[in-house]
Amino acid sequence: MLSVADLAVARGGVPVLEGVSLSLDAGEALVLRGPNGIGKTTLLRAIAGLQPPLAGRVEAAPESRVYAGHADGIKAPLTVEENLRFWARVFGTNHISAALDAFRLRTLATRPAGALSAGQKRRLGLARLLVTGRPVWLLDEPTVSLDADSVALFAAAIRAHLAAGGAALMATHIDLGLAEARIMDVTACRAAPLAVDDFDGAFL
Amino acid sequence: MIALLTRDLRLAIRAGGGFGLGLAFFLIVVVLVPFGVGPQGTLLARIAPGILWIGALLACLLSLDRIFALDWEDGSLDLLATAPLPMEGLVSVKALAHWLTTGLPLVLAAPGLGVLLNLPGPGYGWLVLSLALGTPALSVIGTFGAALTVGLKRGGLLLSLLVLPLYVPTLIFGAEVARRGADGLAVSTPLALLSGITCGTIALLPFASAAVLRVNLR
Repeated sequence: MLSVADLAVARGGVPVLEGVSLSLDAGEALVLRGPNGIGKTTLLRAIAGLQPPLAGRVEAAPESRVYAGHADGIKAPLTVEENLRFWARVFGTNHISAALDAFRLRTLATRPAGALSAGQKRRLGLARLLVTGRPVWLLDEPTVSLDADSVALFAAAIRAHLAAGGAALMATHIDLGLAEARIMDVTACRAAPLAVDDFDGAFL
Repeated sequence: MIALLTRDLRLAIRAGGGFGLGLAFFLIVVVLVPFGVGPQGTLLARIAPGILWIGALLACLLSLDRIFALDWEDGSLDLLATAPLPMEGLVSVKALAHWLTTGLPLVLAAPGLGVLLNLPGPGYGWLVLSLALGTPALSVIGTFGAALTVGLKRGGLLLSLLVLPLYVPTLIFGAEVARRGADGLAVSTPLALLSGITCGTIALLPFASAAVLRVNLR
C-alpha cells in the first residue's frame, strides 16, 4: 500500500534522515522509534506529501494517505459534530457516527470544540482519521495528552482499521499494546552532517 | 470546496470571527473624514469617491491576515493540504469567503456612507458598481499576500507592506470610475480596465498563491 525507497529528508535545509526504506501492506502497522529531533515528524510529513524529499521515492495509491500531526486542526467556535462533519465533507464521505462512537465523543457532540480538554481535543483529532475513509494513516505522536482509557480506545481503533484492510505508520514513544505492530528505529538512518564546502569554509 | 466555504462563513459569524470588523472600520474612517476636512460640501463631494475607495481598501486589508493565519495555527492548513482539494481551489475558496464576509458588506454599505460625504447623485450607482467589481480583486490579491506571509510571527505589517502596492492599479481605476460617474463623465475606459484587473487576478493569482502556500508549508 505504501512503499518508501531510499528516502532522504531535510528540515530547515539540514538533512536529518537518509536511506529510509520501508513498506506497508494492508493490515500492517509500523511504529517509528528514535530520539527527539531525529526526524520522525519530517519523515512523516514527507511521506504525507507536505514537503518534497531530498532524494528517494514515496509510492502509494493517489489519495490513499491521511496525515495527523501535532496539531489537530480543530476550530474552537464549531461544535465537535460540526468539526467532524466538515472533514467528512472535505474527504467526500458522510459517516461521522462511527467515529463519534469509536472515540466516545457522542456525549460531547454538541459542545463547542474550544471547551474540550486537551485529551478530548486529541480524541476529536483522531476521530477525523476515521471519517476520511482513507486506508493509510500517518500518525505523529497520536497519544499525546491521552489518558490510559483513551489510549486503549485508540489502539482498538487502529486494530479495527488494520482488520478492515488499512495500514498505519506512526511515530510514538509509548507502548500501545499492539503486538502485531512492527517497530523500526530510524536512528540508524541519521543523515551525515553537511560537508562544509569551500564557499562556507572560507567563513569558518 | 462548498464545505470549506460554509465552514469559513460560519467561523466568520461565530464569536471572535471578525465579521463586521472591516465594515465598522470602514464606517469610522469615512465618518472621520468630514470632521477632519470641515463642513465644506463642494470639497467633500469632490473627494468622496477617493475617500470611499481608500476606506474600503483599508477595511479590506484589516482582515487579510486572518485568511490563513488561523488555519495555520491550529494545523488545519496542513490537513487541508493533504485533503482531496486542489491547492488552487483552496485559495480561491478562501478568497471568496473573504470577499463575502468583508468585500460584499463594504459594497452594500458604501451608498449610505456616500451621503455623509455629500457624494453627487449620479455617483451612487457607479460607486457601488466600481466597488462590486474592484473588491474581489482586493480579496484575491490579499489572499496572495496572506499566503506569502503565513507562518510568520507578526506577519500582519509585512502583509500590508506587500499588498498595498499591489492594490494601486485597482484603486486608481476603481476610484476613477466612481469619480467620473459622480461628475457625469464617460466611465467605460476605467470600468473596462478595472474589470480586466479583477478578471486577471481571479484567473492567475490563485496559482501563485497555491505555489507560495506549498513552499510555506514545508
